[in-house]
Amino acid sequence: MNPLHSRSTLLLAGLCLALLTACSSRQDAASAGAAATASLLNVSYDPTRELYEQFNAAFAAHWKAQTGVEVRVRQSHAGSGKQARSVIDGLEADVVTLALAGDIDSIASNAQLLPANWQTRLPQNSSPYTSTIVFLVRRGNPKRLFDWNDLVRPGIKVITPNPKTSGGARWNYLAAWGWALHQPGGNASTAADYVGQLYRNVPVLDSGARGSTTTFVQRGIGDVLLAWENEAYLAIKESGPGSFDIVYPSVSILAEPPVALVDKVAAAHGTTDLATAYLQYLYTPEAQEIIARNYFRPRDADVTKRHAEQFGQVNTMLSIADFGGWAKAGAEHFADGGSFDRIYRAD
Amino acid sequence: MSRREQSPGSDTLGRALSRNLLIGIALCYLVLFLVLPLLAVFTQALAKGLVAFSTALRDVDALAAMRMTLTVAAISVPLNTLFGTAAAWLVAKYEFRGKGFLLTLIDLPFAVSPVISGLIFVLVFGARGWLGPWLGEHGYKVIFALPGMVLATTFITFPFIARELIPLMQAQGRDDEEAALSLGASGWRTFWMVTLPNVRWGMLYGILLCNARAMGEFGAVSVVSGHIRGETNTLPLHVEILYNEYNFVGAFATASLLALLALLTLGLKSLLERRHPELRGARAEPGKARLAH
Repeated sequence: MNPLHSRSTLLLAGLCLALLTACSSRQDAASAGAAATASLLNVSYDPTRELYEQFNAAFAAHWKAQTGVEVRVRQSHAGSGKQARSVIDGLEADVVTLALAGDIDSIASNAQLLPANWQTRLPQNSSPYTSTIVFLVRRGNPKRLFDWNDLVRPGIKVITPNPKTSGGARWNYLAAWGWALHQPGGNASTAADYVGQLYRNVPVLDSGARGSTTTFVQRGIGDVLLAWENEAYLAIKESGPGSFDIVYPSVSILAEPPVALVDKVAAAHGTTDLATAYLQYLYTPEAQEIIARNYFRPRDADVTKRHAEQFGQVNTMLSIADFGGWAKAGAEHFADGGSFDRIYRAD
Repeated sequence: MSRREQSPGSDTLGRALSRNLLIGIALCYLVLFLVLPLLAVFTQALAKGLVAFSTALRDVDALAAMRMTLTVAAISVPLNTLFGTAAAWLVAKYEFRGKGFLLTLIDLPFAVSPVISGLIFVLVFGARGWLGPWLGEHGYKVIFALPGMVLATTFITFPFIARELIPLMQAQGRDDEEAALSLGASGWRTFWMVTLPNVRWGMLYGILLCNARAMGEFGAVSVVSGHIRGETNTLPLHVEILYNEYNFVGAFATASLLALLALLTLGLKSLLERRHPELRGARAEPGKARLAH
């Protein structure tokens, strides 16, 4: 009886194999079909979805008019750090458009998919748009919060995510730190005091920026949300105009989300020219207009002027360079034993 | 029965009270943790009316996510049916060393967190993993494409059918097969005419559970999908994306599809159980069956 049984087992195993090969050949057919049209994969971070949806349509029309080739840009969105990790692990991005230069640096250093000097290859540190940290307050600003010093008043509830886990929260933290440094007599110790007081007014430390926005907007917790300007506008747009106000503090920080060609992937796909043109198109007035309409700050002076009333004035706009770059700022403030740990342990 | 007749009236009252109390607690629990969330899904999905609901479901990305979910399930479920049947047959009809170990291995996906399962595949098949570089050179894409998602889903849903069939086949023993073989039937014929008909309802039951899990899997698939819109998003991944984009109607409309799938599975499952009470018995068996070894 046993030999008979083993024969049937063999047959079963054969069937398994047949099914497996059927699957893989179907996969081949699918990829062969995709190769017939020009296509790009843009691996981006969470809040850029609508921006790139509109930009991709504009670029496709532009490319068709110029070369006659139909181009389809595929998008992938998730947290910036996770996306960098996926590209390192083999997600075949022709271009990456992430939140932090450090994330693209890690693709360059861990997987050598692009040269280390990638950020010098496009104008303005390879960031065609910027954003800044603002205060999102409840309608009419009932607690009268106008600048950073108002946030440490007793009883004010500030919503910001945890800078240990959230990139956005680090910008908030540095903006607050920078404001304290810019006060008369400001130094590292007064800044640490100020930021310590600020974090004592934070009732919930969410792990990510979207989580904090949900806490503030959906759950109605807190008096002020420290947020990206584009996120703040999006929250207002989603919950109906007039539900919240945006307040511009006297000191804030300029974030420059960078874009880059992933050389090795694009070369393998034969899309280097297309991908380069795609990124350069971000700097044209048409694209800058789309950028402004999606609440990111454009680089183009004319477009900025047209949308001037949307982008409020910040007297002192710091940048990450003022903190010695991300490597230094990260080690000083957010690494284990950094200023954030000391502040939080002091509680 | 006779004991209850002998017990005094107050004791019966106390027993009835505690019974009602327990039923009450169970009901509250069910309402709180099952009925209310389900209701919330459907009310949110229909919050802006039927038109918004159907528009959300006819979105290009939503349709692509549905196709992807169906494709992944259509490959992983048959694979696991084949594997589960083979494994159950082996375990139930043969004696060999390491059988207990094999049973533990089959259960492994139940014990491992889905995110870890996803990461395992990235480590093996990723561009910097063990097999990834070789596969990449030969033009095979596994991670961040359909094969990776099928692998992850198959791994996660691996035990469902085997676990359903093993106790059933063990309970039935090998007498029927031996009779068939002694009457001159071939092994293959015995399998089709004797073994399979004996376990077909259990198999169907396992396939249902396996399919429900395959379509609903989030963690493992999230790690290996790459989240390419319109390509490698499944329904659960699509729900998360829509939710994060403040598109609550879209998110819950898509979620309601998954909830409907769950309800359908549940309905079919209880129908099967009513028609074939032996399945319910078999489900209680695994622990016992394993103890027997």
